[in-house]
Amino acid sequence: MSKFDRRGFIKLAGLGGGIVFASSLSRGLGLNALGSLPDYAKGKVENDFYFVQLSDTHWGFAGPKVNPDAEGTLKKAVQAVNNLEEQPDFIVFTGDLTHTTDDVQVRKDRMSQFKEIVGALKVPTVHFMAGEHDASLDRGDAYQEAFGKLNYTFDHKGVHFIVIDNVSDPGAIVGESQLNWLKADLKQQKTDARIVVLTHRPLFDLYPDWDWATRDGSAVIDALMPHHNVTVFYGHIHQENHHMTGHIAHHSAKSLMFPLPAPGSVPKKAPIPWDTSAPYKGLGLRSIEAELKQAKYEIKELNVTGG
Amino acid sequence: MNRKKRILVTGAFLMSAVLVSVLGIYIKADALPPERVIHITAKTFAFSPDSITLKKGEPVVFEISSGDRKHGFSLRAFGVRSDVLPGKVSRIRFTPDKTGKFSFSCDVFCGDGHEEMTGTVVVTD
Repeated sequence: MSKFDRRGFIKLAGLGGGIVFASSLSRGLGLNALGSLPDYAKGKVENDFYFVQLSDTHWGFAGPKVNPDAEGTLKKAVQAVNNLEEQPDFIVFTGDLTHTTDDVQVRKDRMSQFKEIVGALKVPTVHFMAGEHDASLDRGDAYQEAFGKLNYTFDHKGVHFIVIDNVSDPGAIVGESQLNWLKADLKQQKTDARIVVLTHRPLFDLYPDWDWATRDGSAVIDALMPHHNVTVFYGHIHQENHHMTGHIAHHSAKSLMFPLPAPGSVPKKAPIPWDTSAPYKGLGLRSIEAELKQAKYEIKELNVTGG
Repeated sequence: MNRKKRILVTGAFLMSAVLVSVLGIYIKADALPPERVIHITAKTFAFSPDSITLKKGEPVVFEISSGDRKHGFSLRAFGVRSDVLPGKVSRIRFTPDKTGKFSFSCDVFCGDGHEEMTGTVVVTD
């Protein structure tokens, strides 16, 4: 990412206190994708870290006009991450790991195949989350069997990560029970804690006519609002989008199967066809630098009498 | 009050009550235009019909049923939605208060093709 791009992103994120997330999206999935070192790796500061977000891999999707390399794209992405000179601390997959199917056995098979492919990642720590394609038809049964919990938290170098499930209810509802779980977790966090929310659908009404919303997402945002340092990373919309709800920044990621049009830009939402002149155009993965703000020292001079 | 007089008063009261309620129903029926009922079927992965023309100010009730599994029906322009469950008829009542072309969609993920479950409501003057 150029310095100019990085400054622009930081301004957008508007995260004044404690932590700054700089994100870079690869331009394609050729061998050079993410080939250059993230800024973090160039000038590493103690406790700063970076992670990689991959999203909407839709393993099992078939549509040659949309992606003639449907079986190769995820493998290329894995290779691109493995080729990074400095490996990220961890990787997150923000949902729609597999493409939906009514056939329970095919669903399970796709999840197994996906696990096998991403098992080639060098980075040992990978955090998964579900998308509606993985979990909406069986309330997340197959997903949980293959990947574990639908909502959970983890901590890394002073940052609290919260994974929110807004897909296992097919109506795109987080639900009262999970909201209570979230509120109880947030109660344990100071208001200036560094919090990152990972989820699949947008938590705000990006474009509900295209299902680009979470029905009770405003309740999640309300719960997060008292916390000053919250950033949300999500998938679902197969393109980059940056949005602020108050002081909370929301950043969506590109897909690794097919891009979708900009919200409301066409009468009917449909995958953007493959561009033979620019293969993998609109697909990508991103690295996210978590730059922990340098500690400030307030110095007060005292004389020998303590005055 | 003697018994005969009491019966007469009670009878008159009851007659008035009946008249008032009949008149009330008549007035009500006269004041409100009848609801137009539109039957819609949701089935993987389409609504039938998927194009509906309504008149501004004309009350309408959508009676939506599922032909297979759970779906949703959402017409955000008029703030109405409902789950659509197999074996049940979901009713959505509203009166269009603006003209134009508005889209509706299934807002309950129902499978590969869910994205295509959309339709259009056209409201004319």
